[in-house]
Amino acid sequence: MNDAIARTEILARIRSANAKPKTMSAVDDWKALPRQYRQQSTRDLASCISLLEDRLRDYGAGVHRSARGQVSAGIAAILRQRNSRQVLVPAEIDRRWLPQQFAFVTDTDLSHGELDACDGVLTGCSVAIAMTGTLGLCHADGLAPEQRAGRRALTLVPDYHLCVVESSSVVETVPQAFEALEPYKGQPVTFISGPSATADIEMTRIQGVHGPRVLDVLIVD
Amino acid sequence: MAAPNSAADFPSAALPLLRNVQLRDNVRHATDVIQRKRSRVVGEMPDWEMLRDSAQRIREHTMEYLADYLEQFEQNCTAAGGQVHWARNAEEANRIVIKLAQNATASVIKIKSMTTEEIGLNRALEAAGIQPVETDLAELIVQQSHDRPSHIVVPALHINRHQVRDLFARTMNLTQLTDRAEDLTEAARAYLRQKFLQTPVAISGANFLVAETGGVCIVESEGNGRMCLTLPRTLIAIAGIDKVVPRFRDLEVMLQILPRSATGERMNPYNSIWTGVHPGDGPQEFHIVLLDNRRTEILRDADARETLHCIRCGACQNACPVYLQTGGHAYNSVYAGPIGAILTPQLALMREGQSLPYASSLCGACYEVCPVKINIPEVLIHLRGRIVQQQPQLQRTFGLEAIAMRFAQWLFLSEARLRLAQWIGRMAQKLFIGNSGWIEKLPGMLGGWTRTRDLRPMPPQSFRAWFEKRSESSTVRNQGKYE
Repeated sequence: MNDAIARTEILARIRSANAKPKTMSAVDDWKALPRQYRQQSTRDLASCISLLEDRLRDYGAGVHRSARGQVSAGIAAILRQRNSRQVLVPAEIDRRWLPQQFAFVTDTDLSHGELDACDGVLTGCSVAIAMTGTLGLCHADGLAPEQRAGRRALTLVPDYHLCVVESSSVVETVPQAFEALEPYKGQPVTFISGPSATADIEMTRIQGVHGPRVLDVLIVD
Repeated sequence: MAAPNSAADFPSAALPLLRNVQLRDNVRHATDVIQRKRSRVVGEMPDWEMLRDSAQRIREHTMEYLADYLEQFEQNCTAAGGQVHWARNAEEANRIVIKLAQNATASVIKIKSMTTEEIGLNRALEAAGIQPVETDLAELIVQQSHDRPSHIVVPALHINRHQVRDLFARTMNLTQLTDRAEDLTEAARAYLRQKFLQTPVAISGANFLVAETGGVCIVESEGNGRMCLTLPRTLIAIAGIDKVVPRFRDLEVMLQILPRSATGERMNPYNSIWTGVHPGDGPQEFHIVLLDNRRTEILRDADARETLHCIRCGACQNACPVYLQTGGHAYNSVYAGPIGAILTPQLALMREGQSLPYASSLCGACYEVCPVKINIPEVLIHLRGRIVQQQPQLQRTFGLEAIAMRFAQWLFLSEARLRLAQWIGRMAQKLFIGNSGWIEKLPGMLGGWTRTRDLRPMPPQSFRAWFEKRSESSTVRNQGKYE
């Protein structure tokens, strides 16, 4: 096979370019890499959450707060305001979140067309990064229901995304988020920071391109 | 492919572009905006320099152990259901992709990828009867206007919204289209929507490959990337062998420095990481083509291998005073700006693009903004050296340049000779000073300088003459003061 010849040759060429003997194994050398950048948080949770709010608003996302136990009422108020009727949810969602007066469509391996027919999607969030206003979405089995975001197409095709963020999932820095996701690193992870956007025409930032054009975040204290 | 041999060298290609006022306006506006945003979001990071240090060392470490990491990536990606292919050059990569796509589809959707530009994939696909559809807004504009990208991150930054309106009105048959950026974006969304939902094969590049997991990471803004990565049945990614990082947590560095450097955002809207095939979630067939295309040649050159550390953020382009004047097309290469000036000739085994390492004033602005601290000015000088060594006429004892250099050395060695030369210069320049007070045109070889810029005349008095006069009068004063 051509592939195999190419593989052998490329690896041999790299090894010959790197022929100088190494003093350390790759693992030890990697462990010795400098990492003086900020890894841990310097803020308490309340101030992390208000930073997250600020950064999310900066991207043009809607931000709402809700007390624990009031999530379902909070979701109902937001959906009413957005006039969303056909709202998609992942099958594993925490059912206590769902307000009674709305019809939710549970994802049972729906086709692209069926996803496209929904006007919104409601999911949890695996980890939220305050410093950058980023929501980490993962759907791994080990995650609690309120941390699961469904398969990737769910939060992509519908034009509206309402994401519920438990305050316990909020971290301040990017390295903290990677630490939280470390157990799920083989699973698909999507980081979203605000609604889809482009600045390709004259560097004018336009919100809403192919991904959801509207993003709301409900932070649960 | 890199610029063919017949392509104009940088100064000749730059000339018509420098006269294109519209283009220069567009380039300046775009680079100004990104630079301003970048310096704001970089400025708010107290640990920016530590992130750069880590990023530089991670890249350096990866290159030292590259073969091990690629094998590790291959093993983990394969175990997760992906299929790994290897390509020594552009032709092999294109052949692999075409073979995979040919029986499955008549058209493919594509995510913006500099690597596929580098290997000329679109042309190869078209020749094989497969229609590639670019889905990034800027790439769509470039593709539909049969243009070339002029910037790594914002490929259509040389085209303004009026030009986009005229283009889309024609290609999408939208006669009522306005030139508001919102409307143009909406037109692109509507144009691509069904293609996303129905096309069975997508082609992407890759921002990072994770050796530890076999994962691939793609960084984007519009969601066109997520559409291509999620909805089709088959996904084919093409990545240079330089794109690998050792572990998942190394992304915590890369995903902090890349968006801030590239678009001046704290984080870009979407980052996707996936590993092979995930049952019930996304494409059920995943291929990745690992491309050499002379990267191993670059790795061989100890003084230039840091070129491979590049993560394609484009910050060096926005900061470069030369790029700012000419825009990307003057480089006649897929990769423009300072990084293009070092990458392109090396990807062409120093047989093409030899004028590019000279397209720099060596001011160092690129090095200062580079998030992985590639010392571009030093690599530029190293490559200039290699180019001189290639050209025996520059080294001959009686070559024109060698004689000129020896003459200059002789001149500068004696004060009297320098004084005389300056006097002659001041006399002779009177013939060339224009009404503007600048020298606008010089004869013969000296004309190389004034072809693209004016020259300030020598002042009536040299520093030395001024200093001599000044010390005669001030010595007396100083004596009174201090003694």
